[in-house]
Amino acid sequence: MNEERFDAIIVGGGLAGSTAAYVLAREGLEVLLIERGNYAGSKNMTGGRLYAHSLEKIIPNFAAEAPVERRVVRERISMMTQNDAITMDYHSPRLAETGSDSYVVLRGKFDRWLFDKAEEAGAIATAGIKADQLIVENNRVTGVICGGEEMKADVVILADGANSLLAEKAGLRKRVQPSQVAVGVKETYGLPAKVIEDRFGLSSDEGAAWLFAGSPSNGLVGGGFLYTNKESLSLGLVLGLQHIGESSKTIEDMMVDFANHAEIAPFIKDGKLLERSGHIVPEAGLSMVSTLYGDGFLICGDAAGFCLNIGYMVRGMDLAITSGELAAKTVLEAKEKGDFSSASLQSYKRMLDQSFILKDLSVYKNFPAFMENPRIFKQYPAMLSNIMADLFVIDGTPAVPLRKKAMKHLKAVGLMNLAKDGLKGVKSV
Amino acid sequence: MRVTIEEKLAVNKYFVDEGNAHIEIDPSYSDMKEKMKLVNACPAGLYKLNEEGTLFFDYAGCLECGTCRVLCLGTIVKKWEFPESTKGVEFRYG
Repeated sequence: MNEERFDAIIVGGGLAGSTAAYVLAREGLEVLLIERGNYAGSKNMTGGRLYAHSLEKIIPNFAAEAPVERRVVRERISMMTQNDAITMDYHSPRLAETGSDSYVVLRGKFDRWLFDKAEEAGAIATAGIKADQLIVENNRVTGVICGGEEMKADVVILADGANSLLAEKAGLRKRVQPSQVAVGVKETYGLPAKVIEDRFGLSSDEGAAWLFAGSPSNGLVGGGFLYTNKESLSLGLVLGLQHIGESSKTIEDMMVDFANHAEIAPFIKDGKLLERSGHIVPEAGLSMVSTLYGDGFLICGDAAGFCLNIGYMVRGMDLAITSGELAAKTVLEAKEKGDFSSASLQSYKRMLDQSFILKDLSVYKNFPAFMENPRIFKQYPAMLSNIMADLFVIDGTPAVPLRKKAMKHLKAVGLMNLAKDGLKGVKSV
Repeated sequence: MRVTIEEKLAVNKYFVDEGNAHIEIDPSYSDMKEKMKLVNACPAGLYKLNEEGTLFFDYAGCLECGTCRVLCLGTIVKKWEFPESTKGVEFRYG
């Protein structure tokens, strides 16, 4: 038995957990932050890009000291078919201005830094400790059990990620359904910085973010990504789980085809595979946000389902950071009142409602359902690439007016479908 | 030559908890649709069918992603826990 009692125990040394620990420790609270991996980030993965705004408010100018990979100045989006790619490329200093900047990060490095910041601020931050279960007394969470040892606190913040077993086992949250998550798979390829900068048209420290829709997901809801790190590239896929059993390819087949696609292969050429990683990703937006607090506990980050995927933009880490901050602020208020009951902790929900997290999740609440449309991942990429072929492929046959050429491809998908999907799409974003 | 998934996983760092599987399956589960979910979705390719259609699984290369848990806990997947403290995959990049 451990007699020590903490103000707060935070489970999970990811971005939400370390942020919560940092904010609480900075205010002088006794905080225990536990992480099951040998170091923070060792169990975490991202595509991935961090939008800076949320951490910037907590640790101003953090990117100057944090191990970020590259600041994104180039956005690319491609529609792909088996052999074709149609790409939009946006290159602008506006993407990199302070306050609207974003960074490619690797969690094995970045999370470790934030975890250390929490420790420097005064939190007892311990890696290599798994929380096995929550202690629940009289319907109130009062601590955690780690390796048979009980540790108690006024409040437990669950920041244990997309596979939040603790809350589920204690009956505080429902099990996540296949329709609510995707699987992400990533390969990290090592390349010299100069090669990366030349291939992507970047100056030093500048980075690119590139998303792909169409053939990479083999008809499933999802897509591909390619991000530039300092001296490596992150290439991967995110695939909805709902229909994955009916897919004609395994995730590995899709990954191999994606990496060998004529649009991708030249970018990763001669890259040395450094790591293969994978994780589930909350994808259902507002509809999967359920229990956020209760007697003696708060839930933040991926564990709470805070993730936004609207096709051309994927966000989770900035939501995790702000939810960790708001959970910490809630605990500070509760400590002031000396009340850690559900009624007291409900101010977390109020703060979330007023923040960009629940506002943005509400704005985009219809997007996940809109994406459950096979035309988006099959017919539309094919339609666009056929229109492009008609525009650019000249073989000497007499010309047909462009509108007639295009109409043929539009009719193949169906004008009603186009109108319907167009309207739904516009309304969902 | 295509690099196999096993060769890819070999670049990862693991601290395998020998003799203590954090995931256990029921290989006799017969519904092929259910089995195909795991074969298709595991990002480490750890669920494999042999010629007779029997499902095999090896926890040693697990990325702890949670996909098989979400898809098949209660059917094929009998147990899904995180590996014990300090064990399992260790992402150096992530």
